[in-house]
Amino acid sequence: MSPIPPENDQPARAAAEAVARRSYGKLVAFLAARTRDVAGAEDALAEAFAAALVDWPASQIPASPEAWLLAVARRKMIDAARRRRSHEDAAGHLRLMQEELEAVAASQMQIPDDRLLLMFACAHPAIDPAIRAPMILQTVLGFDAATIASAFLVSPATMGQRLVRAKAKIRQAGIPFRLPERADLSERLAAVLGAIYAAFSEGWSDPAGTEFRRRNLAEEAIWLGRLVASLLPQEPEALGLLALMLHAEARRGARRNPQGEYVPLADQDPKLWSSPMIEEAETLLFRASRMDAIGRYQLEAAVQSAHVVRRLTGKTDWAAIERLYDALSGIIDSPVVAINRAIAIAQTRGPAAGLAALDALAADARLAEYQPYWAARAGLLARTGMREAAEEAYERAIGLEADPAVRDFLQQRRAQLCRQ
Amino acid sequence: MKYMLLIYGNEAGMLAASKETAAQMLAAYGAYTEAMKKAGVHVGSNRLRPTESGTTVRVANGKTEVLDGPYAETKEQLGGYYMIEVPDLDAALSWAARCPAASHGAVEVRPLWVM
Repeated sequence: MSPIPPENDQPARAAAEAVARRSYGKLVAFLAARTRDVAGAEDALAEAFAAALVDWPASQIPASPEAWLLAVARRKMIDAARRRRSHEDAAGHLRLMQEELEAVAASQMQIPDDRLLLMFACAHPAIDPAIRAPMILQTVLGFDAATIASAFLVSPATMGQRLVRAKAKIRQAGIPFRLPERADLSERLAAVLGAIYAAFSEGWSDPAGTEFRRRNLAEEAIWLGRLVASLLPQEPEALGLLALMLHAEARRGARRNPQGEYVPLADQDPKLWSSPMIEEAETLLFRASRMDAIGRYQLEAAVQSAHVVRRLTGKTDWAAIERLYDALSGIIDSPVVAINRAIAIAQTRGPAAGLAALDALAADARLAEYQPYWAARAGLLARTGMREAAEEAYERAIGLEADPAVRDFLQQRRAQLCRQ
Repeated sequence: MKYMLLIYGNEAGMLAASKETAAQMLAAYGAYTEAMKKAGVHVGSNRLRPTESGTTVRVANGKTEVLDGPYAETKEQLGGYYMIEVPDLDAALSWAARCPAASHGAVEVRPLWVM
């Protein structure tokens, strides 16, 4: 490869990067859906992008950069298949792909968007649940293993190995790239939505948005949520998840004061919430509710909706929140839901009732290490005047918190208790 | 793609089953095999005799070692297999789910390594 003169390099690089950003996942999905070889598709595309940086400055940027990249990537995949002497099956797939590509080129058609099929393959029940979200981030959005590893708190080497293994499983086990049968759709879709939500939660756990990679992750998850909602507009849970993420993201700016201190939801200034995001979320939720199939994401989004109604009425709708958490606890067995339900009960029926609801959970071993349980407990104990027990609970919560801003906040609360 | 459906179950329980239960089970397998053949996915299948009839062979340092019994003592034992040819894993999984063994033991689905 000859070095490219820097002055010519810039527009080609910019064009290649623009295509990469806009259509990386689409190109991976197109190639992978026809060969089931996700890793091979990624490698071939990486080579095609490298070739673009050499070719485009020398001639010119092609009329259809995507088609150009696909044609090159396809050749690379054929070469790789020949080197591996892989079986006829792959050759057959590649031949079909060639015919399809020619049809695309001849008719100026759009390259088919198979990203949803790729997501269904990545979130297949035969794939380890822990690797589904990382694999979607890598294949659809082009995140590298090191970035994903840092977001999910795993070593880059481990993350890399797991991704390689999962992609090999897709190819070797013959996991299909197609929409699941109607009977399986809602369960399979739940896995896709769960993976997207996991990505969002990883991005959300950096509330100040100081860590660029994580902040990016929440935005990218919303982008994926939009993609799924646009491709499956009749699936209420897809709309519900998007509404939930938008509601949460709308309040990002209000979660810290200018000094960087943690501000709990109840003390946030509604003027700092993003109205366009909240309105979009409300519209989505309304559309979902008319489809008459309730689910966890719609319920969780509805909880958010009952919280932010305060921006209009000045008051949080705690009665609605309690009802929604009642419904949620019937759908999912999660200590998070049970704790939030207890907090809502404390608002509607008093702190003693809330505390009783929390006591009912005490047998759940998962709570010993769960900060929000101890923080909620501490708050309710303080409100019922049980100071010593409240101090102890704050102590547990402080010891379990990883976010320094939240830790400071809990320490302040504890200190206030001592001064009373 | 070709897949092997490996059937695991509690051998002792199967052997201790009453005549009626055993006959019913056999009939269920018969119907299952027939359905596979009608659908054109059946490549081959066999039931294995119990593990006590098995013999394990190893060659270590040039010396052949022959042991009475199965390779590994497990709670559930390999009792038979089906080999099928279907388009993808989803199709293989739905056949595995229909296998009578899936509701009292387990069926492991393994793609064949095509050389």
